[in-house]
Amino acid sequence: MRDSTGFEMLTVEVEKKLGDFAVTAKFASETGATVLFGPSGAGKTTVVNMIAGLLRPDRGRIALDGDVLFDDAARIDVPVWRRRIGYVFQEGRLFPHLSVKHNLDYGRWMGGHAADPAAFAHAVELLDIGHLLDRRPGKLSGGERQRVAVGRALLMRPRLLLLDEPLASLDEARKKDILPYLERLRDEAKVPMIYVSHDAAEVRRIASRVVRLDGGRVVATGGVELLSA
Amino acid sequence: MLELSPQEWTAVALSLRVAVVSTLVALPFGIAIATLLARKSFWGKSLLDAVVHLPLVLPPVVTGYLLLITFGRKAPVGAFLADHFGIVFSFRWTGAALACGIMAFPLMVRAIRLSIEAIDRRLEDAAATLGANRGWLFLTVTLPLALPGIIAGMMLAFARALGEFGATITFVSNIPGETQTISAAIYTLTQVPGGDAAALSLVIVAVIISLAALIASEWFARRAHARLHGV
Repeated sequence: MRDSTGFEMLTVEVEKKLGDFAVTAKFASETGATVLFGPSGAGKTTVVNMIAGLLRPDRGRIALDGDVLFDDAARIDVPVWRRRIGYVFQEGRLFPHLSVKHNLDYGRWMGGHAADPAAFAHAVELLDIGHLLDRRPGKLSGGERQRVAVGRALLMRPRLLLLDEPLASLDEARKKDILPYLERLRDEAKVPMIYVSHDAAEVRRIASRVVRLDGGRVVATGGVELLSA
Repeated sequence: MLELSPQEWTAVALSLRVAVVSTLVALPFGIAIATLLARKSFWGKSLLDAVVHLPLVLPPVVTGYLLLITFGRKAPVGAFLADHFGIVFSFRWTGAALACGIMAFPLMVRAIRLSIEAIDRRLEDAAATLGANRGWLFLTVTLPLALPGIIAGMMLAFARALGEFGATITFVSNIPGETQTISAAIYTLTQVPGGDAAALSLVIVAVIISLAALIASEWFARRAHARLHGV
């Protein structure tokens, strides 16, 4: 299940009914950033939550680099905490009772890894959050909060990074500030990303590949040209 | 005014010991039951909820009597605990602590349950994606976020234990030096001629302890609140 470049690859084939809304999604993602693109209510977050393991599909299969995370036929459902998939939520969801530094370290603690000062310093430098380390999340601006949230997900050493509208709560100027960090993340950290957005302008520079969702279904998969269609 | 006899000081010390021990011993059970009630749905949940609340609505004397026929030296549970573990409740200060703990339990569970129900579950989801299993998630996210409620629950339980009278006196009687708490001592003093002055001194001590506990818990609660809201 590795693609030719040797990076991890995700295959998703899931069905989920939520009330009278049904999500049926089938796609594969390669290295770089795969953008799940579509209007609000298209089922993007539902799909991402199923990949993370926060939502159980009714049927289907999810595999990452040949490692099956979910398969209803084989009765496999790897719990969230063992999937090693980083998740950057729309609202950040930083732990309010921990400092920024401890938020960043949380994934490493839970994974039982020894401190890696080089990786920590690199993430802090990449996201420009060094001056925030001793603060608490309640004192951060929206842009700072989202950068810390990205750093926290990155430092857990994820096999895949999910970003669910990470810039949606920010104003235009702030979005432009953060986008370059996300591009660096894609190019330097080399973690494959699933990036959820409904904003074509926001993701045009990020996307390596686009999966278009509408009404709970994948309507097209391809390159950035799908963003203008 | 605060001239207490050795026996009255003993009652004060005993009250503090009973209140502290009953609060601390009840705490893990309180957290467990509150979590169960806040988070799980299971058969018999309303029944468990009702049983936990029973000491709040029953006359304390009834609770004391129920304890007596359950944990008394010759009662089934009491005899079993005494024979196998050497734990004796009847007419001992430990029995007073048991009575106080049970009377205080509903207040403690309510406070902790409310704060657990108020926790943003999405933070727990975030912790799970970061690799926290259920145990670590509970210890590193749920408990710290519930801390204000846990402090409030401990404060309520301590105050309830300090003021407990009916269940304690019914279960373990009013033995100076063993089961005579401040409340029981005040009651005894009001029953004898010339005991009013000593009773008043004990009342003042009780007010001071209660105020101190209230101020301490306010201080802890404010600190916990500040920690949770980013200072």
